[in-house]
Amino acid sequence: MDESEKDQRELIHILHEVQKEFGYVPAQAISQISKQLKISESEIFGVLTFYKAFSLKPRGEHLITICMGTACHVRGAPMILDEFKRKLGIESGETTEDNQFTLETVNCVGACALGPIAIADGEYHGQLKTREVDKIIDKLMNKKRNGSE
Amino acid sequence: MDEFNTTEIDKIREEISESQKRRKTCITVCGGTGCHAYGCLKVAQAFEDEIRNQRLQDSVDVRTTGCHGFCERGPIVVIQPDGVFYQRIKLKDIKEVIAETIVSKKIIDRLLYVDPRTQEKIVHEKNVPFYKKQKRIIFGNNGFIDPTDIKDYIALDGYKALTKILFDMTSEEVIEEIKASGLRGRGGAGFLTGKKWEICHKVNSDRKYVICNADEGDPGAYMDRSLLEGNPHSVIEGMIIGAYAIGATEGYIYVRMEYPLAVKNVTRAIDQAKNLGLLGESILGSEFGFDVHVFRGAGAFVSGEETSLMASIEGKRAFPSQRPPYPAQKGLWGKPTNINNVETWANVPLIINKGAEWYSKIGTKGSKGTKIFSLVGKINNTGLVEVPMGMTLREIINDIGGGVKDNKKFKAVQTGGPSGGCIPAEMLNLPIDFETLAKAGSMMGSGGMIVMDEDTCMVDVARYFLNFTQEESCGKCVPCRIGTRQLVEILTRITQGKGEERDIEKLEDLATTIKAGSLCGLGQTAPNPVLTTIQYFKNEYEAHIKDKSCPALVCKDLIIYHIEPDKCVGCLLCLKNCPVEAISGERKKVHVIDQDLCIKCGACLEICPPKVMAVSKYTGKKRDRILKKSSQKS
Repeated sequence: MDESEKDQRELIHILHEVQKEFGYVPAQAISQISKQLKISESEIFGVLTFYKAFSLKPRGEHLITICMGTACHVRGAPMILDEFKRKLGIESGETTEDNQFTLETVNCVGACALGPIAIADGEYHGQLKTREVDKIIDKLMNKKRNGSE
Repeated sequence: MDEFNTTEIDKIREEISESQKRRKTCITVCGGTGCHAYGCLKVAQAFEDEIRNQRLQDSVDVRTTGCHGFCERGPIVVIQPDGVFYQRIKLKDIKEVIAETIVSKKIIDRLLYVDPRTQEKIVHEKNVPFYKKQKRIIFGNNGFIDPTDIKDYIALDGYKALTKILFDMTSEEVIEEIKASGLRGRGGAGFLTGKKWEICHKVNSDRKYVICNADEGDPGAYMDRSLLEGNPHSVIEGMIIGAYAIGATEGYIYVRMEYPLAVKNVTRAIDQAKNLGLLGESILGSEFGFDVHVFRGAGAFVSGEETSLMASIEGKRAFPSQRPPYPAQKGLWGKPTNINNVETWANVPLIINKGAEWYSKIGTKGSKGTKIFSLVGKINNTGLVEVPMGMTLREIINDIGGGVKDNKKFKAVQTGGPSGGCIPAEMLNLPIDFETLAKAGSMMGSGGMIVMDEDTCMVDVARYFLNFTQEESCGKCVPCRIGTRQLVEILTRITQGKGEERDIEKLEDLATTIKAGSLCGLGQTAPNPVLTTIQYFKNEYEAHIKDKSCPALVCKDLIIYHIEPDKCVGCLLCLKNCPVEAISGERKKVHVIDQDLCIKCGACLEICPPKVMAVSKYTGKKRDRILKKSSQKS
């Protein structure tokens, strides 16, 4: 963080970096950024909760993202999402109690030909059927997460 | 920085075309995000390995290019210079392609695209019906360019327009040329680009900015991403030309964070342009200097609105602000700023190179040039299509898109994203331009075109869009923040069978208020999906409200799944696949769904073999009859 300019225009860049490093923005980071940039903590809090890229809670080991774009929607994405929710026992935006899975939705990844689509730890699973949901979860459970997505 | 002047750019151009002449055959592998998801990178790598194994590297080139547009058929491989088109290539096909097509010049039949209508196998890319009716003046180069290498762009007359304006044109002349071309903003509203530049040009200021809006947030639209990923230099060159015309010295490209490949490719492109003296101080030895930065968005739909986008670059929450003052007068950090969309910028070098007169011959009276649409949803040929303005919806959907998937009946096409509307089948002969779409109650938007068939519920679609805008409303204006929420709640009630008699009027009332009382485009257009679906599909609303039925069999609360006793062969497949064990039965005996246990996940319908098709969905009176029967039995 030292190299960053002490300027509001750097705030979003810094938050991106923190999010990437820790998988969320810890409270400690907020107070440090506040001191460095001379912006109030409440202002930083306001910015980071405004954008979807940043989260205040750590994510699980595995990240499953369901595309909810229009093309995916008309091709049955809500059924896929329901199945993931049911199988994992969480709502979208939540993490399982054992910290294994986080389920998120995204408004469009622009891979509409493959819809409905789920992205599991960076891997695209296209033209999904509800009965394939199990397999995706199993596959994630059976592998150690490699750092890059 | 190396010092370059124009003759040296010309020299590079010559050198590249010489070397390309030597290595005559080029295997181009589509590297768009769609094909990435299909695994195109492995395909490209395998081609390179095999070419090395066969010691062909001196005569054959492999290039991972920008998006070819025909995402439905990925991974796509086109072998140049003949343009042999292979689709859905798998790793195991590669040895054969090299041995047969490259070495023996034979076509491999099974990899060709088959026209589903004529069953004819098509060999060359240009003859594939998907491409035949398109006019790919902006998007076409994607398939020839490796976006990671600036030389590919230069070889195709890249940065020629820049040289022309820097040394032969004044900034006023550039503006006049763009004005004369009739180019209108491709971001949605369709403001005249030359006019916009002129306003910003005339404002006196020590500092001015140009911005490329690549915060492509409309779900189902991805043409901007494909341009930035596939041909980033065309956008950068457009921006430099715009900056020269306006008098800006600094620029930003605001890219949506969901597009990591676009960020990567455009960042690299900027570095390469800098190294060749095409960006930075005294560009190509001229007196003009300009620099451009990439800004990664952080996930907020509203930041696609220009005043919000600038707030976001400044490191703040993406709140829109009152206009006037317009960005051209008071924009980024209070300085005059010109914002254009990716596709608009990509049009600029072409207009300079070929002239306004040539450009203005394409399109309709009020809308010039071409428009790239992303044709998605229930369509056979999903992909990006570039057509001249004025082409009819029917031509786009039937001739280019190959019609509706699975021979279903066409119901509507949604354009303009969450700000747009649904256009019904009766209006398929509508020639597409800015005005006709607005008249139909929709809008051009950034160019999403989502096809819906008989299995799409229009009330559910309206609910989907309103749910989207409700979540994305920044909350600044009360009518937008609370109004969209109310719309969602009413629509949700209707889809749950809890609709009330005056709901349609309530929706319309609320919609009017939200439109009138919102500061930015998000709120002003948010009710459009509701209004157009009410206008064209009122019967569906009424069926939900009065008959508690969903004619498209989508809304979960209004349908049931049922196994037809006369069709069921008792194969146990659905029974085994039911996640909640709601199906009972034995081998070779009719299976039955317990309606109390059923969660309507659709697994049984999905798994029932196509030959049997014993699982049906029912709504309305028929549903009630089946439910009554089953409760009598138990």
